[in-house]
Amino acid sequence: MPTWDEVTVGTAMAEREYGPISRTDIVQYQGASGDFNPIHHDDEFAQSAGYPSAFSVGMLQAGILASYATDWLGPRNVRKFGVQFREQVWPGDRLVCSGAVVGRDDAARTVDVELVATRVGGGAAIKGTATFVID
Amino acid sequence: MVDRSAIGATDEPFTMVVEYGKVREFARATKSESPEYLEDDAPVMPPTFLTTVSFWSPKGQSVFSKVKLDLRRLLHGGQEYTFHGPPPAAGTRLTVQTRVDDIYEKVGKRGGTMTFVITVSEFRDESGTLVAEARSTAIETGQPATTNEGGA
Repeated sequence: MPTWDEVTVGTAMAEREYGPISRTDIVQYQGASGDFNPIHHDDEFAQSAGYPSAFSVGMLQAGILASYATDWLGPRNVRKFGVQFREQVWPGDRLVCSGAVVGRDDAARTVDVELVATRVGGGAAIKGTATFVID
Repeated sequence: MVDRSAIGATDEPFTMVVEYGKVREFARATKSESPEYLEDDAPVMPPTFLTTVSFWSPKGQSVFSKVKLDLRRLLHGGQEYTFHGPPPAAGTRLTVQTRVDDIYEKVGKRGGTMTFVITVSEFRDESGTLVAEARSTAIETGQPATTNEGGA
């Protein structure tokens, strides 16, 4: 984990690629979370709702983006984490996570980071912000 | 069209123990490589784990049942978590209560009306201390949306 002096404003996180997101990844997340909305694994159901196929769970991408941040700054140190969903993620998509430190509070010893998971060949799937305490 | 009279509605609080196995399963499903999640005896929960608690609420008690949303047109717009200390660890007995914080409509980029439903869940530990909050934005679209404006 980085030290306080290593996380100055502008510090970029090493990019990391995840995927391709498989149907197994989606089902594994649904089992882990308890969210069994069939639109994420049942093509017929998804098509009856007007989608070309089943698609990933937004919270899977959110969880991957959170893991990207907590793997760097520490699971115990997260104090805020927020995401906004942009583009849907489809089976076969690869996601590149990136981020940077955008704020620092010396008194509280916290840093604010901005995060994004981008679909390879597409746009931002999810944007996030987080605040971490740095020990 | 949802029922704006649901603003302020709350569900019944319910209690759930944060389970070690579910934390590890969740960390693995979300591609974490942190040994703190995967090897500790009492790992803290990943931040987005809080959302899973809502899927274990007693049947028919979800506040969403009071808003009457159509699953086929439901998108998840965003989600925010706040922790008032390290995230709760496995073994913690959490009591959660969710309220409908706001409901409003907006005209989407392609015309149709979208309805936004904001819910806030408060998580308290055994001593009644507020340890975490989750704020969720659900969007009911006028018709199925295949890209942007959400991601469910």
